[in-house]
Amino acid sequence: MSWRAFSRTPRRSSENSPGERMSSPVLAHLITDIVAGRIRVVDLTHTLAPEFPPIVLPPEFGESAPVRIEEVSRYDARGPAWYWNNLSFGEHTGTHFDAPIHWVTGRDLPNNATDTIPLDRFVASASVIDCSREAGEDADYLLSVEKLRAFEERHGRISPRSWVLMRTDWSKRSNDAVAFQNFDETGQHTPGPDVDAVRFLVEERDVLGFGTETIGTDAGQAAHLRPPYPCHSIMHGAGRFGLQCLANLDLLPATGAVLIAAPLKIRQGSGSPLRVLALVPA
Amino acid sequence: MNALPPQPPRAPSSRLKRRNPLVALKPPLVPPFARSRAAQGLTAAAALGVFALQRCEKCGAAQYPPRDACVQCLSPRLRWRPAEGTGELLSETLIRHGQELYFRERAPWRVGLVRLDCGPSAIVALHGDCAPAPSRLRLRLALDKSGQALMIALPEKDTPDMAEDPLVRETTCAPRARKVLVTDAKTKVGRAMVEALVAAGADLVWAGYAAPWKPSPHLEALGALEGVSLVPLDVTDESSVRELAGSIGGKVDILVNTAEYHRPGSIASRGGVATARTEMEVNYFGLLRLSQSFMAALKARAADGPASATAWVNILSVHALSNDPAHGTFSASKAAAFSLAQALRADLQASGIRVINVFPGSIDDEWNARVAPPKLSPAALAKAVVEALERGLEDVYPGEVAKDVMARFLENPKALERELAG
Amino acid sequence: MRALARPYEDVVVAAPVTVPYTRHSIHSAHWFLAQALAKLIQAAGIRKSDIDGLAVSSFTIAPDTAVGFTQHVGLSPRFLEHVPMGGASAIVQLRRAARAVEAGDAHIVACIAGDANHVDSFRLNTASFSRFARDAVYPYGSGGPNGSFALLTAHYMRAYGASREDFGKLCVAQRQNARANPLALFRSELTLEDYLNARLIADPIRLFDCVMPCAGADGFLVMRRATAKKLDLPHVRLLGAIERHNAYPGDAIQFRGGWALDQDALYDQTGLAPKDIDFLQAYDDYPVITLMQIEDLGFCGKGEGPEFVRRHSFTVDGSFPLNTSGGQLSMGQAGAAGGHLGLVEAIRQLTGMPLGAQVEKARLGLVSGFGMINYDRGLCSGAAILAAQGRGKRRKKG
Repeated sequence: MSWRAFSRTPRRSSENSPGERMSSPVLAHLITDIVAGRIRVVDLTHTLAPEFPPIVLPPEFGESAPVRIEEVSRYDARGPAWYWNNLSFGEHTGTHFDAPIHWVTGRDLPNNATDTIPLDRFVASASVIDCSREAGEDADYLLSVEKLRAFEERHGRISPRSWVLMRTDWSKRSNDAVAFQNFDETGQHTPGPDVDAVRFLVEERDVLGFGTETIGTDAGQAAHLRPPYPCHSIMHGAGRFGLQCLANLDLLPATGAVLIAAPLKIRQGSGSPLRVLALVPA
Repeated sequence: MNALPPQPPRAPSSRLKRRNPLVALKPPLVPPFARSRAAQGLTAAAALGVFALQRCEKCGAAQYPPRDACVQCLSPRLRWRPAEGTGELLSETLIRHGQELYFRERAPWRVGLVRLDCGPSAIVALHGDCAPAPSRLRLRLALDKSGQALMIALPEKDTPDMAEDPLVRETTCAPRARKVLVTDAKTKVGRAMVEALVAAGADLVWAGYAAPWKPSPHLEALGALEGVSLVPLDVTDESSVRELAGSIGGKVDILVNTAEYHRPGSIASRGGVATARTEMEVNYFGLLRLSQSFMAALKARAADGPASATAWVNILSVHALSNDPAHGTFSASKAAAFSLAQALRADLQASGIRVINVFPGSIDDEWNARVAPPKLSPAALAKAVVEALERGLEDVYPGEVAKDVMARFLENPKALERELAG
Repeated sequence: MRALARPYEDVVVAAPVTVPYTRHSIHSAHWFLAQALAKLIQAAGIRKSDIDGLAVSSFTIAPDTAVGFTQHVGLSPRFLEHVPMGGASAIVQLRRAARAVEAGDAHIVACIAGDANHVDSFRLNTASFSRFARDAVYPYGSGGPNGSFALLTAHYMRAYGASREDFGKLCVAQRQNARANPLALFRSELTLEDYLNARLIADPIRLFDCVMPCAGADGFLVMRRATAKKLDLPHVRLLGAIERHNAYPGDAIQFRGGWALDQDALYDQTGLAPKDIDFLQAYDDYPVITLMQIEDLGFCGKGEGPEFVRRHSFTVDGSFPLNTSGGQLSMGQAGAAGGHLGLVEAIRQLTGMPLGAQVEKARLGLVSGFGMINYDRGLCSGAAILAAQGRGKRRKKG
């Protein structure tokens, strides 16, 4: 099927076909604009691969399974005409989604897991806060309310039910696992939001979730904040989501992008690797 | 691949002559493998580096060749006992025309007839420094390229450069002048292993490391050592193993698998199988992945001159023999690895590559912090591995605890099971 | 106190046959043994069914034994022996057969030995020769007799002062004897210089010390004298015979064989002494073992072999005729037939029908067998004294 097929009006196969009920000029325009290049689709996803840096906890804790791709057959004795792999990974590997149930604060919320989150949450607009200069200067940089307010002064108020993405250009380190993880003897050093910023986004802006380019939505040293890991404890405690290991945030406008970010429908899943697409006006 | 820091040229004496790449590689040949069941007692002793003969429990007569009944009193109660292993060379010959290809290739081959002080006569392979008959000798049991026991005679007193004798090189796997891959150099054992191999004169040690983002100052220190090259290797990742094998597989002479995942804990102490699975991923499947990627090249190079491919070392655990419930899933993963190592040994047998299994007790590292001493230091373990390579052993029980557990296992495996449960 | 064996009553040996030896052959042991049997029937002028006793020796007849061979050749013997004793098999077959015909257990016993020799047979047979060889010899690269005899030879030379020239003299003399024998595989002249300068095989053994494995078969018939007379067959009398297995197990290395233990029994049984013997057919796959037989059968004392060699010529026409057909060293060793070679030659000499040259006035011959280097030494030894017709009234003892 070629891309042209998408722009055709679906054939009416019966009286009550979904195609008929849902025909909408907005969607038609969307497709027309995508085909015409007026809307670009930007991939915010890293390739899922064994060597992509995984989350690291102190070794006494349980560990996430790494991404593993193991060949079942490749046009050989194991399967002469076909190639396929067995895939294994933890829910929090690669570019991935965090559901509220991931954190203890969100464990009792309704619709808190990958299979029960209402579908409309998976399509939302995004604000991109450019912290690339600060993160470049200080790996432990914490995004503050002040920085958020400064953003709003330039780009307008952050909308409810939208993603806030923290651009740090950290994803540009992804081919250097050591720099990407950035450990020293005191632990990991990666940027993230401070406690007040998280509270502000949840309580005063009612955002959908928070996204980062690093392995956590929280900063590397967030264990030392009060409360520790605010972006996990507060966001998930309020039923909001996280997106991690995002790429190409530098290709997004400060506002106006639409994210399509639907995790795998894992029963009671706490998260999942996913393909994050951004629709961006050209 | 890791960029090697420029290295000063090594003294020519420590480096064996390079192979002429225009001459075809010799296919590996091995001496005859077939033995009676009784004779496997010699192999068991040789595997441990012990000189042992059957002794009659009834009349005390020492037996050789191995028998099923006492040559004196016909008692079937013949037990393998450590023996002195001294004797007198009565006669010798230099075999110049062997019937087996293996011996033809190695002709001339020095063979002697020795009267052991404890009684029997033995046909033995003679070290080049043994004095002509009549002369006093020390006998050793070694493993030949088939992995079977061979009685070898050494001169009564050590001579200079004894280890360079073809018979010794043929029955041992010394790391000197060889290239060695240590699969995980980041652990304490891995680090000690790399250092010990460098000290033993290895030509090059590839020090494998996974999870490069986890800081490891000692890894950097290892990388700075002369003759050490850091290489990325994650034994849980098929593509990582394959990539490294593709890059250095054709040069590895000895593979020392130090990769290990160990979390203390009984079955009940944690739910689920995630930790146990990781133990299996590293300790068992890791060995399987390494085998599949490195075996073929090792086999092919088993006769590649004096520094040929020669050995594969697995660091297992004495609890591969009998489970330590406080480390229940870990023990199980090591038992699986032990079993696989036996399969690996069978696969490599025909090429003469030796599989050395090392069965330490608790190692003095962070995962045995709650284990009471005595514990085996990583340096002692590494030393035992180098010694096993240099002596050509096959089963190694380093340290007091390992020897104790092994002895209890051999004496009464059921008793050991109960003792470990207590 | 030694129990004396009962003397043999009227037992004779006849119809010496040889299926000519070849270096390699595609034929099986069954083929060679069957041809030997056919030659025996032809030589004796009897029917196949007249043979009611059979003794078989062969290294290469597996998976069969003498039992399977009876069906292969359609024989129904009432006496059957499978004798797996290598170069001692001829003497052992003879002893068993002699007592059988004496007792009436059989009328005519065919004693045959033979082996195939395919291109790789020797190596394969060596590899599975014995349990001790497999466990404690073959893995040392000294598989096969070369290495074993090299060790025995080196020790004997050191212990008794034998020289390479002493062994060479035996080999050269036997080659001289072989020159008249059309069946010998080696008939060209061998000089002492050739011998001494031949290539080393396993020090101190060189090429001409080593027997050459080949394919072939030999056979003879054992019966009572009356039977031989009725068949009008030239025959020789069996005066005495000995065998011994695993003699002197306490010797650290073999420097003597079972003959040393039993020579008195042999001479007592026959009422003869070494000086009465007209020729010796010794087992000669390597010359060192010939020397041991000369000593252990009483022709000289232990360790006097080298001196004895220097005093005699060993040729058919000289002093102490030895291995008058050339022996195995010149004829080849057809496996288990190696010991039969000397026995059939002794019958031929004593009946005046040698393959090569005749020993003048040969009346009494001594045949010796040796076999089975199971581990570090040969385990089986045997010897027999045969007498030409018309000779052999045993001397009164005492």
